[in-house]
Order: sequence, then C-alpha cells, then structure tokens
Amino acid sequence: MGDAGDCVKQEKKVVFVTVGTTLFNALVRAVDTNGVKQELLRKGYTHLVIQMGRGSYNPTKCNGEEGSLAVDYFTFSPSIADHLRSASLVISHAGSGSIFETLQLGKPLIVVVNEDLMDNHQSELAEELAERKHLYCAHPQTLHQTISDMNVDSLLPYPSGDATPVAKLINTFLGFPDD
Amino acid sequence: MTIASLFTPSIITITVSVVLIAITRVFYILCQSGKPLYPSKSPKPLSTLIVLGSGGHTAEMINVLNVLLLKDRFCPRFYVAAGTDNMSLQKAHLLEENVFNLNEGPQVVLCNGPGTCVPLCVIAFLFKVVGVRWSSVFYVESIARVRKLSLSGLLLYKLRIADQFFVQWPQLQRKYPRAHYVGCLM
Repeated sequence: MGDAGDCVKQEKKVVFVTVGTTLFNALVRAVDTNGVKQELLRKGYTHLVIQMGRGSYNPTKCNGEEGSLAVDYFTFSPSIADHLRSASLVISHAGSGSIFETLQLGKPLIVVVNEDLMDNHQSELAEELAERKHLYCAHPQTLHQTISDMNVDSLLPYPSGDATPVAKLINTFLGFPDD
Repeated sequence: MTIASLFTPSIITITVSVVLIAITRVFYILCQSGKPLYPSKSPKPLSTLIVLGSGGHTAEMINVLNVLLLKDRFCPRFYVAAGTDNMSLQKAHLLEENVFNLNEGPQVVLCNGPGTCVPLCVIAFLFKVVGVRWSSVFYVESIARVRKLSLSGLLLYKLRIADQFFVQWPQLQRKYPRAHYVGCLM
C-alpha cells in the first residue's frame, strides 16, 4: 500500500461503508471523523461512499479537491452489490448477510461491531472470522487504529460454503437414496 | 358428599391414566424422533414446510434449497416468512412457481432460526403426539452463532423437537453433541 505523500494523482480507490437496514449512527460518525479520513487517505484511498440506512447523523459531503477524501452518502439503494463490487475496501456492520456478500466478492473487509445492540451475538461471527484472518474486526472508537494497523494483503480469501453435506444428511434421514 | 366420594376415585383414576398415556405417548414420540425415516428404496415425495427468516437467514436457507430441490423429493412446498420480512418471500418466489395449500400438516419442516419457527415446530410435534401427521423437523443454526445457540435453536435442541440439528461451527458442535457439523452454508 502507498505510504503518506505518494497518493496525489492516482486511480480511484473507493471505500464503501454499509450499515444495511440497521441503525448505526456510531459507525457513520466514526468514518466521518478526521482521524479515520486521514488514515484512509494515507492508505491511498480516494473516495468514501457511505450507505447510512436509517441513521440520523448526516456526514459532511466533500468533492475531494486538493487531495482530500471525496465523501458521498445515501440512505438505501437496491444496488448495494454494485457498490461492493466497485469498492477497494468495505467497512460494514456485523450482519452476516453483508459480511458474506463482501467476503464472497473477495473484498478487504473491516467489520465494525455495534455496541448499542442489546443481543450482541453478531460480534461472535466477526471475531471468529477475524481470528481466521478473513477480515478485520473493529469498534467505532478503534476504527482509525484498525485502518492504520491493517495490511489488506495479509487477509486470507474466504472459501465459499457448501450446502451439499447438509442436504445429503437430510436426504439420508428421510430414506432417499444416495445419488 | 357420598356421591362425590363415590366418583372422586374414578375421576382421579381416569385423570391419572390419561396423563400417563399422554406422557408415555410423548416419550414414545421423543424416542422415535431423530430416528431415520422409511428405509424403503423409493420413498414418495414429501410435503415440506420451509420457514424463512430475514436477510442472512434466508440467504443460508436458499443455499440449502438450491441443493436439496435438485430432485422432486420435497413437494409440494410451503413457505412461511416472519412478519417483518418482505424480501424473503420474494426470494422464495424466484425459486418457486407454484403455491399450494397446506391442509394436513407437512411431512418435512425446514427451518433455520427466526423465532417464528418455534411455534410451527411445536405444532408439528403435537401433530406427531396426537397421531395426525408424522413429520421430520430439520433445524440449521445460523452461521452467525459461533459460541452459543440462538434461543430458537436452544429450545428445539433441548426439547428434542428437531429430528436433525445442524450447526455451522465445530466448537458449537462440541458443546451440543447431538448436533451435526458438516461445514458452513455460506
């Protein structure tokens, strides 16, 4: 990744932030801080696109002149998949749908755990996948540190799951012959 | 007084025997549940109830259905979705062309987590106890559950209502030994 200073004229590198259908102001606020934006710039990213969902906190838009990070946001979109595909880095809430959609596209991913949720079982999945080096797991307050410490090339690709063994056991249980 | 004292023992006897029969029946069903069905060579297609949850849950279920429905073994099929969820049924419609009526209870119940599946599975279990319809309940715990089962999963596991119970992480299988772990769906 590029070091500080060599990111003046270069290709477009988009960071896509998604909260899905959840309410996650803390994440939107975190990516809108100068600390996080400076880290992203330092890492060579040029654009920040935020899907903010039902949140009430509106980030500050910026057209990215004079070497600053271009920032844009929207609430919902039917084409989340397109945004994921065009991103160089995805910062997502901890929902399993978003996590696996991103991993299956092979995109570097930082999952930010929402500490305001009552039943916070979702952090289990993010922590397990982080332990297996498929993604980075962060909290809103530690996001800038995670970005600064991360090395996206060290992440391991996620092998796609396979429902065949489950289907096989179900078929056997019900007495259907093996194929 | 005398009439009451005459009848009381028989009422107690009847109540006790009914309760005993019911308990015996429940235990019999619990013993039979979890055992593989019809070891015949070419079983008929089975009517199937599929309980859909939200977002991630539905994606996991669709992955199972994509493999399971390759042959005409699970039909007719009935879909139920949680009330708040409008995307899941749309996704199911992408898979299905026909909608049927469910009139005598399904023979197979497939579910993977939303709270709505618990009452449906309990009803399926009661159908077995009463002898209306024998069914097999398959429960796949969500991949998001790594260290602990969801409440729905825990209930169906502990009450032994699920005939086959799948988890998607090996550490969870070690904690719940009657569960199957055969890899991830996602």
